[in-house]
Amino acid sequence: MKKIEAIIKPFKLEEVKDALADLGIEGMTVSEVKGFGRQKGHTEIYRGSEYTVDFLPKIKIEVVVADDLAEKATGAIVKAAKTGKIGDGKVFISAVEEAIRIRTDETGDKAV
Amino acid sequence: MTKKTCWGFWSLVLAVSLVAALPLQAQESITAVTEAVAVTTAEGTVTESVTVATEEAPAGEPSVEDRIADLEAYINNVDRPSGDASKIKAPGPGHNAWQMVSTALVLFMTLPGLALFYGGLVRSKNVLSILAMCLGITGLVSFLWWLCGYSLSFGAGNAFIGDLSYAMFKDMSPAGVGAGYYWISDYVWAMFQLTFAIITPALIFGATAERMKFSAVLLFTAIWMFVVYFPMAHMVWGATGFMCGPLNPDAGIKAIDFAGGTVVHMTSGYTALILCMILGPRMGFGKVPMPPHSMVLVMIGTGMLYVGWFGFNAGSALGADAIAANAFTTTMLCAGIAGFVWGLAEWLVRGKPSVLGFCSGIVAGLVVITPAAGFVTPTSAVIMAFAAGIIPFLAVMYLKKMLGYDDALDTFGIHGVGGTLGAILTGIFADPAVNSVVEPLKAGLLVEQFKAIALTAVLSVVATAIIAFIVKFTIGLRPTQDEEREGLDTVDHGEEGYILE
Repeated sequence: MKKIEAIIKPFKLEEVKDALADLGIEGMTVSEVKGFGRQKGHTEIYRGSEYTVDFLPKIKIEVVVADDLAEKATGAIVKAAKTGKIGDGKVFISAVEEAIRIRTDETGDKAV
Repeated sequence: MTKKTCWGFWSLVLAVSLVAALPLQAQESITAVTEAVAVTTAEGTVTESVTVATEEAPAGEPSVEDRIADLEAYINNVDRPSGDASKIKAPGPGHNAWQMVSTALVLFMTLPGLALFYGGLVRSKNVLSILAMCLGITGLVSFLWWLCGYSLSFGAGNAFIGDLSYAMFKDMSPAGVGAGYYWISDYVWAMFQLTFAIITPALIFGATAERMKFSAVLLFTAIWMFVVYFPMAHMVWGATGFMCGPLNPDAGIKAIDFAGGTVVHMTSGYTALILCMILGPRMGFGKVPMPPHSMVLVMIGTGMLYVGWFGFNAGSALGADAIAANAFTTTMLCAGIAGFVWGLAEWLVRGKPSVLGFCSGIVAGLVVITPAAGFVTPTSAVIMAFAAGIIPFLAVMYLKKMLGYDDALDTFGIHGVGGTLGAILTGIFADPAVNSVVEPLKAGLLVEQFKAIALTAVLSVVATAIIAFIVKFTIGLRPTQDEEREGLDTVDHGEEGYILE
């Protein structure tokens, strides 16, 4: 099994979710995060005090899939999340040792 | 309750109230005189005793002319000509009503106007500390005012402080008039002035926000009221006051201050500057971003301050008369335009007009017009608005950075600088045609205003330094570093401002 972590622009979430659903991947975990890479933040000024806001809001999607689906899923995410502009985000893939479905106690590929 | 019982109950209530009303109906007494009247009949002239109602005022009763003069004085909001012989033994309803509304409006400026204005400007972990400061000061000052504060401010006393003749409001009555002005209740006057006494210390702690302990805030306030506020209120507004140009012919400084540029804004502004310097800056000041946590609250607070200020300025006319109308107008114009000018200045200097800029400009305009509201023309108010939108703007944007102090919410920048500016512009623009009080004082007024500024500044600065060190070396001024990092809301009040699931 592989864990796919994708950090994307928040407004792309629906598109990515739909792209994964088309592949039969119906479950995922989503968190609101902040971060930056090469995309610069913006400046705010309050009564003469200037602040640079470095961190930008992003969405992190985590999804665990069977090994044979990992490449297709990653491709779908990248395609759906791409805008071509700085700040599109990144995808990381790691190996998962075990997975268990809590309700049924199923393990391995049957659990994801 | 059955229908019968219900009818019976309400009939009983009606009967009781009719009976109770009888004594009230009997109050109107017609002056009756018994006269001997010659009546001619067929048998000759007979003298009969006849009782007639007469229009002649018996000895001791005011004449109709006197009573009309009294009514005219009420409408015109001037001195009661008949004095004790007047049949109006109470505050004049119209003027007194406006005074009560003004009082409520000024309290509204603190609760929740200032509370939200300041509250939105701090970080969310400290929002409740601002609200608590406003609430705590309201209660503390109310008590001190009743106890002796009102008396020390407005009792006769000497030129610098009142006396204890009205301590705990003794020898005062709600129907009494004259303490404030001829037609407003002495009680309402005391309450009106209380709302000023409440907001003044609350302004100070904008400068010390996010790093002063609640207990220190209250202790500082308690001492400061006696050393600075009561003497200042007495000197500027008391009939025997050292700086009361309009009322005191022997005033050492014949300055004018319509609604409190010196007493409220300069005192709090200069106090704020010294106190925040002694207190020191917030941890991380200059490095860590500390933007306002809610500009929405700031704007809401600004609106409340703006509306409430009509009570502050127009209420200081002490009557619903033409002077009040003038103060109302100058306040409206100066505030709105100053807000726009500040926003415009930001647009030019920074590239974008900010909501905080508009809000700050409006408050600056309100501060600057405060000493002048009932003394200047609308045109003067518009000119003052431009000054108010620019000079405090420069103080906040550049002076603060130059001198390096952490005046967290710009109390000195807006109230200190704005109050000083307002006092100076009052000296320039005060117009006898607007308010006859100005006439005997106009010559050399600007110099007197500068003297008043100097005295106010010196008193505030010296007193603050002493009180701050007293508090610092007794209970301490600041929370610990860990406490400051955690936030005053949990540390001082055991509460969180926002619990968002």
